[in-house]
Order: sequence, then C-alpha cells, then structure tokens
Amino acid sequence: MPGTNGGAPGGTPVTFLEAIKQAMFEEMERDPAVVLLGEDVGVYGGAFKTSEGLLERFGWERVIDTPISESAIIGAACGMSYLGLRPIVEMQFIDFIVCAFNQITNFVAKGHYLWNAPAPMVVRGPSGGGVHGGPFHSANPEMYFVHTPGLKVIYPSTPYDAKGLLKAAVRDNNPVLFFEHKFLYRRIKGEVPAGDYTVPIGKAVVRREGKHLTILSYAAMMQTSLEAAEALAKEGIEAEVIDLRTLLPLDEETILHSVKKTNKCLVVHEDTKTGGIAGEIAAILCEKAFGDLDGPLMRVTSLDTPVPYAPTLEEYFLPNAKKVFSAAKELARY
Amino acid sequence: MKKELTRQQYLDLYYYMRLNRAVEDMMVKLFRQNKIVGGLYSSLGQEAISVGTAYALEKKDWLAPMIRNIGALLVKGVRPRDVFMQHMAKYDSPTKGKDGTSHFGDLDNLHIVSPISMLGDLIPVMTGVAMAGRYLGQKIVAMTWIGDGGSSTGVFHEGLNFAAVQKAPFVLILENNLWAYSTPVRKQVPLENLADRAKAYGIDSYIVDGNDVVAVYTTAKEAVARARAGEGPILIEAKSFRRMGHAQHDPAEYVPKEMRAYWEARDPIALYEKFLTSEKLLDAKGKKEIEEKINALLEKEREFAENSPMPPPELAETGVYCTGDNCHKIRAKWERPIAEVTPPRSGVEAVWTVPGFGSGKGSGGGHAPIHFGDTQPAETKLAEAGKPAVKVPAKAAPKKTVKAAQASASRKARR
Repeated sequence: MPGTNGGAPGGTPVTFLEAIKQAMFEEMERDPAVVLLGEDVGVYGGAFKTSEGLLERFGWERVIDTPISESAIIGAACGMSYLGLRPIVEMQFIDFIVCAFNQITNFVAKGHYLWNAPAPMVVRGPSGGGVHGGPFHSANPEMYFVHTPGLKVIYPSTPYDAKGLLKAAVRDNNPVLFFEHKFLYRRIKGEVPAGDYTVPIGKAVVRREGKHLTILSYAAMMQTSLEAAEALAKEGIEAEVIDLRTLLPLDEETILHSVKKTNKCLVVHEDTKTGGIAGEIAAILCEKAFGDLDGPLMRVTSLDTPVPYAPTLEEYFLPNAKKVFSAAKELARY
Repeated sequence: MKKELTRQQYLDLYYYMRLNRAVEDMMVKLFRQNKIVGGLYSSLGQEAISVGTAYALEKKDWLAPMIRNIGALLVKGVRPRDVFMQHMAKYDSPTKGKDGTSHFGDLDNLHIVSPISMLGDLIPVMTGVAMAGRYLGQKIVAMTWIGDGGSSTGVFHEGLNFAAVQKAPFVLILENNLWAYSTPVRKQVPLENLADRAKAYGIDSYIVDGNDVVAVYTTAKEAVARARAGEGPILIEAKSFRRMGHAQHDPAEYVPKEMRAYWEARDPIALYEKFLTSEKLLDAKGKKEIEEKINALLEKEREFAENSPMPPPELAETGVYCTGDNCHKIRAKWERPIAEVTPPRSGVEAVWTVPGFGSGKGSGGGHAPIHFGDTQPAETKLAEAGKPAVKVPAKAAPKKTVKAAQASASRKARR
C-alpha cells in the first residue's frame, strides 16, 4: 500500500478525505470482520476516492462493488452484522440514503429494541452543499434519521474528528450514520496523530471559548461559525463556539453548560430550517434552561427549499459568515 | 408422492405439519378468548411449504420467516410457548412484548432473523447473512420466504439481484398462495409462473406443488445443496392457496367458493396422511400417538404462556441501544484461515477483467475474475489468473419443473 494510508507519520496534516481513508484502512487492518461495500468502492476507489487502495490491500471479499441498489446494500450489511461482521457501507452521495430509508429506519434501527439484535454497521457518505452539486447531490438528510430511535448520527467537522469518530463508529455496537461534508473533503487539513485513537460518539467539543453568547454548529458550518466569531471578537463580542459532532445522541450536558454561562444561544446549521436540529435544541433549552436565557434562541440555517443548482441561488440558500455575524450581533443586544 | 426418504424423515414431516396446524388452531381459540393482543395470521393449508422447506436446512443454516411460516420456526427449534407468548404480548416472549406474531429471532443459537412487516426486506438481509457465512467459511445457506404479493416490491428485485451477482448461498421460497390480502395474483403479476422472475436475475428456479410436503422437501433439499455448493441463489415457487383471510378479521368473501372448495379438497395434511397410510408408514395407532404427544405438549406450552405476565410498563423505555460491554455478544466465527482475508494474502490487483476484452486500468493483468462470488483465497485467484474459481454458466440453466403434473393442477385452479 502506498504511504498515503496507515502508518502515516504522527502529527502530519491530512485532508478530511485522507482522514476518512485512514480510518477505514486502519480498521480493516485491525479487524478482518470489517468489510466495505458500496457502489464503485473497489476498482474505482469510490466516487471521491475515499476507498482508493483498499481493494488492492484487502481483496474482493472485503471491498465489494455493488449494484445500484441502496436497499440491498444496507440490508445485506445488516445481515452481515448478524454473523459478527462490521460492515462499512458507502452511499456514493448521502442523498441516496433515502432510497434505503425503510431498510434503515424499520429494519436496522429497530432490531435491538425489538428482538435484541444489534446491528453494528456504519453507513457513511458525502453530504452537504456549497459545491454546486444541485438538488440531488447536496443534501443534508441527517434529521430524517435523528428522528429514528436506535440510530446514532455523526457529522464531524475536522480531519481529526472524522478519523477518530469513524473508528469509534466501526467499533460501536449500534448502527451509525456518518455524514462527511464534501465541501470539507479537500478544502481543510488537520493534524492527525500517528497511533490508533478514537473520538467518543455523543460528545460535543468547545472550539472557541467565549462569554457573550453560544454558537452551536456542526460540519461545514463550523468553519462559517468560527469565521463569524472572529469578526464578532473584533467588535468586542466573545462567542463560545461549540461543535456538536454527534447529533444523535445529542450532548445536552455540554450545550447546557455553555448556555447557562452565556445565557444566549444561536444555532447554525446547513440543514433546512423546519425540523432542523435547532428546533430540538430550542425545546431542550426551554425545558432545561428557560430561566437562564436572556434572549430568544436564534437560528441561521438554509432556506426551506430544495438545494438549488446555480451558484447565485445556492449562495443565497446557504448560511454564511455574514448571516451568522448579523444574527449573533442581534442576539448579543438582548 | 414417491418413496425416497427415511421413515423418520417421513414421520418428522408429518409431526411438524400437525404441530404447525395444532399451534395455529390453539391460537385461533386464544384469539376468540381475546387473549391474543393483535392480529392473527393463518397458514392453514400452507403448512407443507413452511415445514418442507425448513426441514431441508441444517442446524447451522439461517432462516428468516414471514408471517405465515410458524411451521418453519417450529422445525428450526422454536418452542410453541414462544409463538403463543409473542401473540399474547407476554413478558417471557422472545421480544418481551415489544413485538408480536412471528416477529422475533435468535442470532446466537437457532440462527433465526426476525421479519418486519415491510415485505421483501428480508431478501437483502438474508443475502448479507449468506455472504457473511461464506466469507467466514461457515458453509451455511440462508433461506427466507416471500409471498406472491411481496414479490412485487422493489427490495425483492434489489435483494435477489444482489444475491445473484454475488452468487450468494441463498434460497428464496416464493409462496404463491394466489391472494395478496384481497388482490388475486392475476392483478399483481402478469406472469403465469412467478418462478419466471428468476430469469431476470439469471438464477435457477423450481416450481413445486406447495401442498405436497415430500415434493417441497426434496426440491428444497436439492436447492439448498446447490446453493451450499456455490451455485448461487435459487428461487422456488411453491404453489398453494391461502385458505383463511389475510388475518382473523378478514372473512375473505372475495375468494370464489369453488376455488376454496378445490383447495380444501387438497389439504396438505390429509393428502400426506393418505400417502403415509398407503406406504404403511403410519397407522391409526401411530397417528393417535402423535396427536396425543402434540396435545400434551401444547397444553403445557399454552399454560406456560397464559401464566406469563404482561411486561412491566417501564420496559418500553429500555433497549433502544446496545450499550455496555456485554451487549453485543456476536463474534465472527471463523471457519477458514484469517490469513486468507488479511494482507498480504488478501492483496489483489484492482482491475476489472472483461472476458474477450482483457483488463481495465491498464495493468495488462488478468487477475480479477469478473465473477468473484467464491471464497477461494486471493492467492488462488492470482495463481489462476483470469479463471473464475466457480464455474459460471454462459446462461442460466433451464428452469426445472418438479412435479409438473401437480403444479399444473394448481394453475388450473387459478383460472
């Protein structure tokens, strides 16, 4: 295997995409029960090349090119997990995960609750907009699944987290959906340690400390939120920026701890507004921190429309640092 | 019926069909006493299919039943009390009251995967079971059932197609009972024989009289052996008739009286008793012994089920996730050298070889057989460059018709 994978020297900055590849490589190296299946994951190495080199090293039985049959891929992975395998499934674009919606929400997610059948499997794939992929290659369908008890939903924002969380997902005994924001794939780099490590599922992390308000975000919107926080700092507003990392289960403790300190909360997500995680967080704050709030929960999200194709339309549709900055300033005034 | 089984096998088939029917008869009584919480589905008249197919499996094999396959569960070793308690939503049931009917499984011992109500979902799941078993070197076969109605779902196609390209050791029983709830098969599928669906996947299929338990068993036995030998998935259409409505609430008045009468006269247990008697495998005394054995067993099982409590309400909140170190007990059971699937032995050249056209990716090598649905070690593949380890026929073998005369009787009834 060329030096791009496993055994990479410690502390090297790698792209988000490389981090994903390393996680899969190392998990397959560690445990022969780990297999990968999906469309064009083998000879081609995946539409985004996240699985490049895996077939050469692990062979046809462990890196499986499948027909275009999302339900069959997810169903088969579930069946494999029943015999002790730990399948990783790639959705070529995460948009296509809804083709297997029934298989995931009814079969995979309910198995442990109903008949004590855990399905340790990971469904991962490129998600999100900002790359002019159009309405069927830009989706953020995470909330369809956050509404499904039995699943875990991860949406990382850094190469370090992507690698550590993907490894944790492979080792988890539950079905985990792992969203990879494709805008981040080759645009960001981050240091990844040489040795084996995992990042715990269900734990948010404070990316920037602050006292005036809390900004909660995840995935590509972390960059946007941190950019806005820089601009806010220049105006004397210190925003605490938290990366949720896992949406299900949600790390209420970290959220509440921060909001009880800053007394104000802004949620930023690329997902559309209605039914997005911001609404759920608003409800949690009303239930558990109502007395601590000095202002309304505010949210900056995409519009309640499909993701449009033309750059002008998509830019209008998506949140950006300017929108986050304005909303944060308004919230800070309370 | 032809005599080709051992005496014990003949009697086992009889016992399980009688047990299947007795279990369901008892549940009808429980239903009328309001002791069954939800719906009750019947396999009356289809017992030969559940029993004959499941009886063809080995202990290590895997099955996933559908709603009318209580018989298959009993053959696989499920206790009648578990079936009763599932329907009665009791705390001691396999799902502790979280689900009912045949919706339960056993990964550790009996190798049963639970069905869900969405039809066809089990086909890719059992394909995955079959693929995993092959990968681990276990030489297992996976089997599930689907109805005439369920064969129209998208996931039926996705699953069977995937199984076919993977040459998975998988047997699918297509139980054609002529009715999907109130809709006759003619309004569901424009095919005379649902076995023809197999042609679309290039796999072999059989048609069998679903009311002839010996024919069902011998056909399934052959299919299971072929799947186990690496020939790929096989579809068996078992032609029968759903004698009751979709469930207890449904009087099925949409079924023509003559059609029902025809099939009632072909009751699989009555037909089999006639055969057993004429072959001197069963006499009145033997029959009575079996009946008494079943009655005594079910009386005990029913009593146990009735005495089981309802689940405590708080149970509703538990078990959504598998948590703690002891939750996931299933470990990959390797029955082949792990070295075969780990580097460096697992290494292959990532190229597609297209017969007659050489290889893609400019490697010049012919190392990757286009059909790789075998469990040959990668080294062997490399050594036998370009030759698929499993012989792949140029086209699917012709469909084999088992007991054609009896099957045509079924077809006649459908007109």
